[in-house]
Amino acid sequence: MPNFLRESLHKRQTVLDALFRNLTRLSAFSVLALLAAIIASLVVGSMPAIHAFGFGFITSAEWDPVNDQYGALIPIVGTLITSFIALLIAIPVSFGIAVFLTELAPDWMRRPLGIAVELLAGIPSIIYGMWGLFVFAPLFADHVEPWLTENIGSWPFIGPFFSGPPMGIGMLTAGIILAIMIIPFIASVMRDVFDVVPTMLKESAYGLGSTTWEVMLKVVLPYTKIGVVGGIMLGLGRALGETMAVTFVIGNAHELNQSLLMPGNSISSALANEFAEAVGELYTSSLIELGLILFFITFVVLSLARLMLHKLQKREGHGA
Amino acid sequence: MVLNMFDLYLRRRIVNSLGLGISVLAMLFGLFWLGWILWTLLEHGLPGLGMHVFTQTTPPPGSAGGLINAIFGSLMMVITATLIGTPIGILAGTYLAEFGQRGWLAPVTRFINDVLLSAPSIVIGLFIYEVYVMQIGHFSGWGGTLALSIIVIPVVIRTTENMLRLIPNSLREAAAALGTPQWKIINFVTLRAARAGILTGVLLAVARISGETAPLLFTALNNQFWNSDMNQPMANLPVVIFQFAMSPYADWQSLAWTGALLITLSVLTLNIVARIMFRQNKSSH
Repeated sequence: MPNFLRESLHKRQTVLDALFRNLTRLSAFSVLALLAAIIASLVVGSMPAIHAFGFGFITSAEWDPVNDQYGALIPIVGTLITSFIALLIAIPVSFGIAVFLTELAPDWMRRPLGIAVELLAGIPSIIYGMWGLFVFAPLFADHVEPWLTENIGSWPFIGPFFSGPPMGIGMLTAGIILAIMIIPFIASVMRDVFDVVPTMLKESAYGLGSTTWEVMLKVVLPYTKIGVVGGIMLGLGRALGETMAVTFVIGNAHELNQSLLMPGNSISSALANEFAEAVGELYTSSLIELGLILFFITFVVLSLARLMLHKLQKREGHGA
Repeated sequence: MVLNMFDLYLRRRIVNSLGLGISVLAMLFGLFWLGWILWTLLEHGLPGLGMHVFTQTTPPPGSAGGLINAIFGSLMMVITATLIGTPIGILAGTYLAEFGQRGWLAPVTRFINDVLLSAPSIVIGLFIYEVYVMQIGHFSGWGGTLALSIIVIPVVIRTTENMLRLIPNSLREAAAALGTPQWKIINFVTLRAARAGILTGVLLAVARISGETAPLLFTALNNQFWNSDMNQPMANLPVVIFQFAMSPYADWQSLAWTGALLITLSVLTLNIVARIMFRQNKSSH
């Protein structure tokens, strides 16, 4: 091959290399651009509401489309309470599942059970919502809520949370269904981080005569603490933003009730129910500001989750 | 003294059995919901399943009908969203795995992508409403496609990067030693070797968006009639299920259950196929 030809061929490949590299870089950059665009569009969309209500938007419990007065307190509180209930239930259950999958289950059982847990995460949230509204809520209203009111309703301090008519739908139901939905996420992160614990560490503890439970609580859990918290935060992020399941069962009432058995509202369900039908600039804009608040909260929670999981990975790298 | 030690040992053993017993219960607790939900779907969804579901459009309340317009709309939006999101996702994932060793872009993108992976999908619906639906002035199938493609991208980026990292460096070095330019190494060696894994990611992304309802509420909305124009409001299974389930009409609710069964079966099948494919790919290495 003549020299000049070879050189031009080489040059062409260099150009193609640069082209391809920049194409991939552009795609990576588009993710950042996307995030910036989402934040910018939400901020622009909520400007009318921000001008009209200022910071009072977050602390006002008023939601009155007729008089064009809006406040975000009720949906924010509803979102936080339902997510909190979900975590209370999901954390211990997920821990149990992770312990079972990493320490107890015989080898042939681990894969199918792991897949089953992941299928639970795969079921679309609207299905949880339908099932919750038509199957779970009636049973809950007939059998569980009356019992709660009767037995816990008269207790001091926590009693008022469990009093009221048994309607089936409400904050508690929404929290329980959210718990079922986030269990697979938290459990699979816990299982993954439990798996990275060096076998030597566990075997040393067993060698000293520890029981399986002691090894889990006193060796594995402390070692993976950051990862476990990261997984919990990941589940929390899911619960905060979950829309359809909550919309079906929370009752969509703009009321602030002490009782968890009463209907309430969450940011995402308010958006799902009202946005398509909202008329008037201020109404729409208030709903978009709700979306902005939701995005902000989940962004912070998910960022913390990622930072923690990242930290654990880094340490794992050092240990190896 | 001996008795004391025996007590301590006994107590530890009891605590151990209790803890492990509770773990077994937790596992059963998780499986219990899965079983109950699937059983409910079969119980309510199967009776309404028949040819008419696939041949007739969604009915007005009180008359017979099917879901064909919703199934068609869902298919169109899921396919177009996958076609838009997958190339961007693969390219960006390739950048993270192959070019991302230096500089700030790769770590920042990786972090933001992980956050977007679990960002609330309803906010993505709001975003597309703001930047697309409001600009063109009406709800449309393309709006739904755009919203869904934004959900596809992070999933594909994550799996592409993970799969490319599994490819041994010796493969890249062997190709480079033959004088292969880098774009050819990546396209014809590494990406090809990671093909099955990346396809798994795409399938998981399809499974994820097939059931997404929230981002379609303010973008594609719904359409009671047959419509193949992506520029118009478009029926889709999730929103139809939502609307019909919330309605007071028994025949609408029964159709909603049938739709729910269809969606769940396809999503779970996609999930299982993706996992089996990934496993086969892993064991062949």
